[in-house]
Amino acid sequence: MTFTDSFPTETFDALVIGAGGAGMRAALQLTENGHKIAMVSKVFPTRSHTVAAQGGVNAALGNVTPDKWEWHMYDTIKGSDFLGDQDAIEFMCQEASEIVRELEHFGVPFTRLDNGKIYQRAFGGQSQNYGEDQAHRTCAAADRTGHAILHSLYQQNIRLGTTFYDEYYAVDLLKNQAGEVNGALVMNIHNGEYKVLQSPHILLATGGAGQVFRNNTNASINTGDGLGMVLRAGYPLQDMEFWQFHPTGVSGKGMLISEAVRGEGGKLRNALGEAFMEKYAPRVKELASRDVVARAIAIEVNEGRGCGPDKDYVLLDISHLPNEIITERLPGIREISQTFLGIDPVKDPIHVYPTCHYMMGGIPTNIAGQVISPDKNGNQQPVKGLYAIGECACVSVHGANRLGGNSLLDIVVFGRKAALTIHESLVNTPASNNVTLDLSAVINRLNRWLKRNDTSSNDSVTQIKKDLQHIMEKGCGVFRDQATMQNAFEELQGIQQRLENVCISDFSNVFNLERLAAYELENLVTIGFATVTSALARKESRGAHSRVDYTERDDENWLQHTLYFQKNHTLTYKPVNLSPKHHKSIEPKPRVY
Amino acid sequence: MKFIISRYNPETDQAPYDQTFELDNSQLSADSMLLDALHLIREQEPSLSYRSSCQEGVCGSDGMNVNGKNRLSCVTSLSELGDTITLKPLPGLPIIKDLIIDMELFYTQYKAVKPFLEAKPLDLEHEHLQTPEERSKLDGAYECILCGCCSTSCPSFWWNPDQFAGPAALLAARRFVVDSRDIKHIDRLKELDSPTQTFRCRHIQNCTDACPKGLNPSHAIQELKSIMVKEL
Repeated sequence: MTFTDSFPTETFDALVIGAGGAGMRAALQLTENGHKIAMVSKVFPTRSHTVAAQGGVNAALGNVTPDKWEWHMYDTIKGSDFLGDQDAIEFMCQEASEIVRELEHFGVPFTRLDNGKIYQRAFGGQSQNYGEDQAHRTCAAADRTGHAILHSLYQQNIRLGTTFYDEYYAVDLLKNQAGEVNGALVMNIHNGEYKVLQSPHILLATGGAGQVFRNNTNASINTGDGLGMVLRAGYPLQDMEFWQFHPTGVSGKGMLISEAVRGEGGKLRNALGEAFMEKYAPRVKELASRDVVARAIAIEVNEGRGCGPDKDYVLLDISHLPNEIITERLPGIREISQTFLGIDPVKDPIHVYPTCHYMMGGIPTNIAGQVISPDKNGNQQPVKGLYAIGECACVSVHGANRLGGNSLLDIVVFGRKAALTIHESLVNTPASNNVTLDLSAVINRLNRWLKRNDTSSNDSVTQIKKDLQHIMEKGCGVFRDQATMQNAFEELQGIQQRLENVCISDFSNVFNLERLAAYELENLVTIGFATVTSALARKESRGAHSRVDYTERDDENWLQHTLYFQKNHTLTYKPVNLSPKHHKSIEPKPRVY
Repeated sequence: MKFIISRYNPETDQAPYDQTFELDNSQLSADSMLLDALHLIREQEPSLSYRSSCQEGVCGSDGMNVNGKNRLSCVTSLSELGDTITLKPLPGLPIIKDLIIDMELFYTQYKAVKPFLEAKPLDLEHEHLQTPEERSKLDGAYECILCGCCSTSCPSFWWNPDQFAGPAALLAARRFVVDSRDIKHIDRLKELDSPTQTFRCRHIQNCTDACPKGLNPSHAIQELKSIMVKEL
């Protein structure tokens, strides 16, 4: 059989694709404003990866230490190694207190202080008064803040009756005859049936793509589906060379050990027992920003001071903390350590090593959540009908390195903002459903996976994915150089060739996870190319992009955002916004912690 | 290591059947989890279906019946399971394919207890205050991951999944009943005070035995009954 261009079609005021914290906050807003929306999620909503966020969400509430949004803004810009857009960071930090209180009103069970207010813990890169004493800015629900937020947002969506398409996979964006994005083709994973969801407003909230690296903290669903869709639709991805390696993943396995562990007083030690962060960040030590701590751990291990028989990890020690701190504020970490390492951190240190955690880059957007792409004359213009929020988007509030606690903030701030943008547009121009959509490209893609093996090839989607992850880990890890990245780029071309030839073996329709993995792999491979191409070109070290052959930051040539287009792996650049609206510009300067 | 896995594809099979898979011990390590083994088996048999996502026990996707007990595959160590491992879908709900069940009834029951905070409206300049003692009452309830291991181990839920809320939904109900910020306390209790809701629980305690997060739904239901006796 092959697919032709007749699929059942449904129409909506707006589609939200992805049911993590960003999509869920947006859906809540749009439903509250009375719009007919569809929330499309490839898993049941509370399985989305926001659920795994641990440490907390930043806001200058000042419940524990004096705080101001301006200080939060300064720390975020410095943390971003000055690549973050200052107008966007300013907006996010200004909104933070209100949006966190709103989460509290939605029911999030934040840990509390004795005075009844929300508990705030210390996190990396946080300061009072523009770089002075440590701030306590991260609002926490024990070490399960993401779970608490995601479930509360889902619960509020239940209250309002949001329409969910659970276990539907978004395959591709669809354009109308004017070339405008006007719908999406989705697959019902339960029965393999495809459907066109037509709408003038498509909001992508599809999360990260950490599965492109072998060792990662990400869920297996984090395959960058929205990014692949955007590239295939001809729009760019921004700053894809910047991937955060979280300093403390469970060694060899990757599960996240929250920064909250260090925020509550955890120490990092090498095989000699040295608390080595004193060397790398004399003032704030373990609470330097994540790129700094991750590099420090990698250097300790590279120089032979790692622990264990293979000297391949360091120790994260909290045994000196009072038991009640661990049981009340870090219960999830204790559970992960017991389950995956067989140790109890009350007594024994946790084995940790940097692991891929977060994608700073993504689909370029403006503060309103609209996707931005250069027009024929190179001017950055909103793409009509297309929006992106959360980890899949790059607005850019994280620049070259995200601060812990800013991701949960990013998703709710821009989730609400993008929904309000769509709401305003719908008020002015109600959705029209009299549209013809071009399905030719997506039908080719669907038909491609109906191809059956006519050779004796043993290759498989799973094997290609594993090889891709190894290539990326080797070629674009914590430390990078021209030769290994060039090699990775060439190996990716081999991966591309294998992807074009491989066949699946299961052609059933009900929960066909092999076909789903094939669609996901197509996205992951595009992300691999975007990452390596962008990283090869950037000849400097900035934030998480750390090159042994260009060790310094180069503001003169590289204080700019990368834009990657899939066609011929083309790159263009655009300037960083250094002009916040209500605060004086923060001038780039050397970053010292 | 031998795995006897329940297979069912509604497009081709009349009924579920067992299929045996073998994994060489060299493919596994001392600290492998059941989910790692399933991924390896799927390399042999790509059509094998099971849900999974976070791989660390927080998303609740991969509930399944393992040697007769409901568990999450990603946090179940192979070393505790013996040489022959029997895997079946969670019991009591329709099977969609292989180890994947249709959880719609489970979710419907969850939604029916109104699992959302209804607090006094407050401006965004303020947070609702809650003492650490009040907040501590939510511990053991808010951490539920909706994996369904408890409700699908409950004979009362097996019997009436369309009527009885089941332990997961009642655990969620109790979480809002005891939340000091909630203003629907009495309304919630009245709705739960029914022979098909709280009082359908017979305290068999399979739910508490099954919970992979170490929560105690059985105790939460007892507490609900006790609050009802005192306050209604």
